[in-house]
Formats: sequence, structure tokens, C-alpha cells
Amino acid sequence: MLSYWAYIAIFLVVAVAVPIVAVVLPALISPKKSSKRKEEVYECGIETKGNIRVQLKSQYYIYALIFLVFDIETVFLFPWAVSVGKLPLYAVVEGVVFIAILFAGLIYAIRKGVLAWY
Amino acid sequence: MADLINLIENWLENLILGWGASQELTLFILQALGSVLVVIICFVIVIALIWVERKLAGRIQDRFGPNRAGPFGIFQSFADIIKIFTKEYITPEGAEKGFYNVAPVLAIASVLAIWAVFPFAVNVLGADIHVGVLYIVAVGSFGILAILMAGWSSNNRYSLLGASRSVAMLISYEIPMVVSLLVPVLLAHSMKLSDIISAQQPWWNLIVAPLAALVFLISSMAEIGKAPFDLLEAESELVAGYHTEYSGMKFGMFYVAEFLHQYTVGALITIFFLGGWGGPLAVQWPILGFIYFHFKTFVVYLVISWIRLSLPRIRIDAMLNLNWKFLIPVSFINLVAVAIADRVMLEFSVARWIYVGIMFGLNIFILLVSLFLAGKASPEVERETFPANRPVAVPPGTESK
Amino acid sequence: MVPVLVFAAISLVTLGGAIAVVTNKNVLHSAYFLVLAFVGVASVYVLLEAPFIAVIQVLIYIGAIAILIIFAIMLTRRLMSKDMEERNQQWIWAALGALLLFGVLGWLVYNANWPVIEAAVPKEPITLMGEELLSTYVVPFEIASVLLLAALVGSILIGREKDQESRSAE
Repeated sequence: MLSYWAYIAIFLVVAVAVPIVAVVLPALISPKKSSKRKEEVYECGIETKGNIRVQLKSQYYIYALIFLVFDIETVFLFPWAVSVGKLPLYAVVEGVVFIAILFAGLIYAIRKGVLAWY
Repeated sequence: MADLINLIENWLENLILGWGASQELTLFILQALGSVLVVIICFVIVIALIWVERKLAGRIQDRFGPNRAGPFGIFQSFADIIKIFTKEYITPEGAEKGFYNVAPVLAIASVLAIWAVFPFAVNVLGADIHVGVLYIVAVGSFGILAILMAGWSSNNRYSLLGASRSVAMLISYEIPMVVSLLVPVLLAHSMKLSDIISAQQPWWNLIVAPLAALVFLISSMAEIGKAPFDLLEAESELVAGYHTEYSGMKFGMFYVAEFLHQYTVGALITIFFLGGWGGPLAVQWPILGFIYFHFKTFVVYLVISWIRLSLPRIRIDAMLNLNWKFLIPVSFINLVAVAIADRVMLEFSVARWIYVGIMFGLNIFILLVSLFLAGKASPEVERETFPANRPVAVPPGTESK
Repeated sequence: MVPVLVFAAISLVTLGGAIAVVTNKNVLHSAYFLVLAFVGVASVYVLLEAPFIAVIQVLIYIGAIAILIIFAIMLTRRLMSKDMEERNQQWIWAALGALLLFGVLGWLVYNANWPVIEAAVPKEPITLMGEELLSTYVVPFEIASVLLLAALVGSILIGREKDQESRSAE
């Protein structure tokens, strides 16, 4: 069992090392003629004015919050899905109640207009 | 010959043991070799896929694809690689150097890491861990972090906007993806990928749970950023999104990660809904299982490309509406219905073909009802109608009376 | 020998990430190093033969909570415009308090009677967990969903746009 994770660890090391080699290799053979003009930040050819770090909407944060709640819900549902076939019938009802409570929360969020993108 | 991959592995193992290495060291060397082989094969597959995509795009758009570099343009991808290898790395001023360079490596590492758990044949498995399904979803979330890292550290406000928008889209579409993945897990009573494939012979999950397959296909296409969900690369709006400021091989890594992610999604759909390596004689001759796996993955890849090349881009608010108001409720209702139906039919021990028929009918019923309800819920667009005798321009001398 | 080396490497990564979180001047870089610390914790779970918890750690902490933290940092322009001061005036008292806490916790951990379960890891851990969750612990299971509902409703109430003028740029 742990040997599977050893394979995954080796695979992850290889999966990080090969792209690093692929990214470092061109740095050795490519030309390096840097100039001030080339390294300007891109804005369709004109100069960048003003603050680069623009103010983001707060809508992004709300999406991340609601995603977090539903992510935790799906994590609870995985052991339920694996074992519901082996338990008596009441196990399905328990899972359905779990989903229904959070489904009501989703309907509340939709009706409150929180999930709309302006 | 029938078990070619395991034959080669056993030969290598005996070879290394014969050189006097201990058992653990042999295992370590074999696993390292296996990982390097899979990673290199992934890169080679992507080279071939880029050519296929460009040819297919050309034909669907009624033009030739690349046809200059070699017969039928098959050397085009190699020419592109040589070009990208020799391009200069232009780092924008004020970029945060460390994270600017880490982001492309992280993006492609997160896609490559999914290949560690794939079962290619009945006895050629990756790591057959108990939590295979959750591992795949968890590793995908590193790619999201890479996009955010790339967008912020480029010191470019369009990269930041593009990265934030694409991360908002990606996390939103992760929910129906995970919930629709719960359906094959439910039907197979396990999270191990090999169990999910074994539970699908002979009736594939495409027949038993087609709605889950459809929801997974749509949300995966949003996850990989392919049209109609490709606002990550909306050139008219955001230049090139989060990879505007990347050049040379760093951009190449993002590009390769996108194509590899599309192929990986094809492999996931194959494993969860198309029976993996299953097919005639796949258990007796494992090499056939390997070939079936890649064949089915390639077919799904072509279907995704076909959808991408035929549909226009969706606007972001329509896309997020589609997710939160249609896909998530439909996937939850589908999960509940499949769970109840599966458990009740297990209680009464119905025959297999009745089970498959009822599941298929239930899925189609839910799909039709939800499409009907969605059609009712969306408002009719008020279209301006012109009167029939509107003035039209006629050439002089042809006015009729 | 090898497990000890692996554990040492993982704990170096985790502790290094945690120290980098606390001492970094740029708040966003601290958030990235927090992700590194989370990866280290997930590896410790794998070493303890609890793969489900390890994968959930990556999925929720890195996939959702880290992204939430990074969004919160990106939304606050004032945090990003200047670097944080490393120390304020009372830093000596804070250091003494932290050392005292470290001493007390270390003494407690060293002298506690940790119950050790000698049983082997079961063959089907997830199925067993699901069965336990749905039979013995069903009330906490359902209360967890009510808790999540409360969190959802609370965050919607807090995060709602109060008036039309306060909408900022995209």
C-alpha cells in the first residue's frame, strides 16, 4: 500500500524534474539580447499608466467561498458513495438528506442573486 | 507477446537483479524508469496531437492544415519545437522572478501527475491507490494555483484580470466535475480506478449513467479551457490571458499542458465512462487492453476537438449561469436518483439488463426534464421585428410599380 | 533507515514553509509558502497510512482554502502596496511568550501517554469509514451538513453587495 505512494512520489519528482530541464535547456542556447524596450510590460504597444494591481471585484471571493462549502460537501459524499451499496436502505436516505440540506442552501444563494456575474 | 509490457518489465528486473542490486533498489530503479518513460511518452503524444489538432481544425474550417513541412505537414510540430527551444526568454520588468518561473513548471507537473494512477491494462497499473478518484481531483487543483501565480507575478494588469477570471471559472466548474465523478464511484462501490474499470464490463458506464458522462464532459471541457469555454485565451478581450508575458519554452510548457490536459481528460472519460482498457480479449491479452485504452482516449480527444472547432465562445456570465443554475442542480439530482435507484434495485436483486435499462431511462428522463425546465426558466429575448414593407434600396431603373 | 530519512525531509519542507510564511515581507509570497507547508502535512498523512486524509488535505486546503486566502490578499490593495514591518515595539515580550508556550507544549507532548493502536490498516479503509460514518456517527454527519449550510448562508449575508455605487472595477 505504501509502495504505491512511493511510486507516486517518484513520479512527482520526475514530473517536476523533466519540465525544469525542458525550461532550463533553452536558457542555455537561446540569445540574450535584453533591452529596455523589450522588457516593458505589454499593453498593445502603448505605455502602461496607473496602478498595475487593479482592484478586483468582490464577486471572486464569494465564488471561492461557495466553492469551498460545496467542495467540503463532496468530500463527505465520497465515503457515502463507496459504502452505500453495502449498507441497509436507510443509508441512502441519510445521504439524500445531506444533499438536500445543501441543495436548499444552493437554491437560497441563487435566489438571492449572489451567483450572478455583473 | 500477449503480455508485452510485463515481459519487458520482468526482463529488466532480472537484469538489474543480476547486477547485484537489492530488491528495494531494483524496485526503485524500475519505478523511476517507468515514470520517466510515461512522462516522455506524454510529451511525444502531445507532439503528435498538436499536428492532429491543426490538421483537423483546417479540414473542419474548409482549408488545408499545415502541409509544407514534410508530407502532409507531419514535421510541423518538430519545426515548432525547434523554434520554441531557441527563442529568447523575455521577462517583463517588475515581475516576481521566482514565482514567474515556477508557474509553468507547476502547470505541467499537475497534469503529468494525473498519469501516475492510470491503469493501462489489466495488469499494467500505475499506483492503484485506494483513493484514486480523489487523487485525480486534488492534483488538478495545483494547476489552478499555477494560473493564479502566473497571472499575478507577470506584473501585467491584463494577466491579472485574465488569471482571476479563469480561476473563478475553473473553481466553479470543479463542483459538477467532482459530483458527476461520484456516480461511477457509487456504481462500482470503490474509489480504486481498477475496480471502477472492472465494474464496467460488459456494460459501460456510458450506457448506465449517460447524464453523468455528459455533465463530466461539459465540466471537463471548461476545466481544460477549450471552447466554448476558452475565455482564458480570448484574444480580443485579454490579449492572451495569464500567459501574455511568457515567451519561449515557458509558454511552450503552458501550451503543452493544455494539449496534455485535453488528452488526460479523454483518458479520464475513458476510465470512468467508457470501460477503460475493456474490450474483446482484453483480459487474456493485456497488450490489447493497452491499445484499446489509447484508442478510446484518442476518440474522445477528437470529439472534444470537434466540439471546440464548431462552437463559438460563451460570455462569462452566461457560462457561470450555466454552471451554478443548471449543471450543479442537475448533477446533484442525478446523483440522488442514481443512488436511490441503484440501492432499491440491489435490494430486489433485479437482472442485469433490467437494471441497465432502468438506469438509462432514468438518466434520459432527468436530462429531458431539466432541459425543459431550463428552457422555461430562461426569458424570451425581445427581438425587434421590422414591418414587412420597410424601405429597401433598389438600383435605379428597376423600380417596379 | 529510509522512512526516517523521508520523514526528516518532509518535516524540513513543512517547517521551512511555515517559517517562510511567518518571516516573509510580501503577504502573497507567504500564502504561496503556506501551500508548501500544506503539501508537507499531506505527505505526513501519507506516511501515517491515511491516504484519504492526505488527499482531502490537498483537495480542500490547497484547492479551496489557499485559493480563498490568495483571493482575499489580492482583493486588498493596501496589503500589497507596502511590505510588512517585521517587528513592532513589543517584540521581546512576544518572543518570551512564544518560548514559554513552546516549552509548555513540548513538555506536555514529551510526557503524555499517547494511546497506540497496534492493529493493522484494514483492507478497505474507505468502505469501513463510510459504514461507520453512516451508522455510528450519522448524527455528526447530518449536523456537518447543517453547519455547512450555516456557513454558506452566513457568507452570502456578509458578502452581498449593499448598494449599487460601491461596485468596483472588474
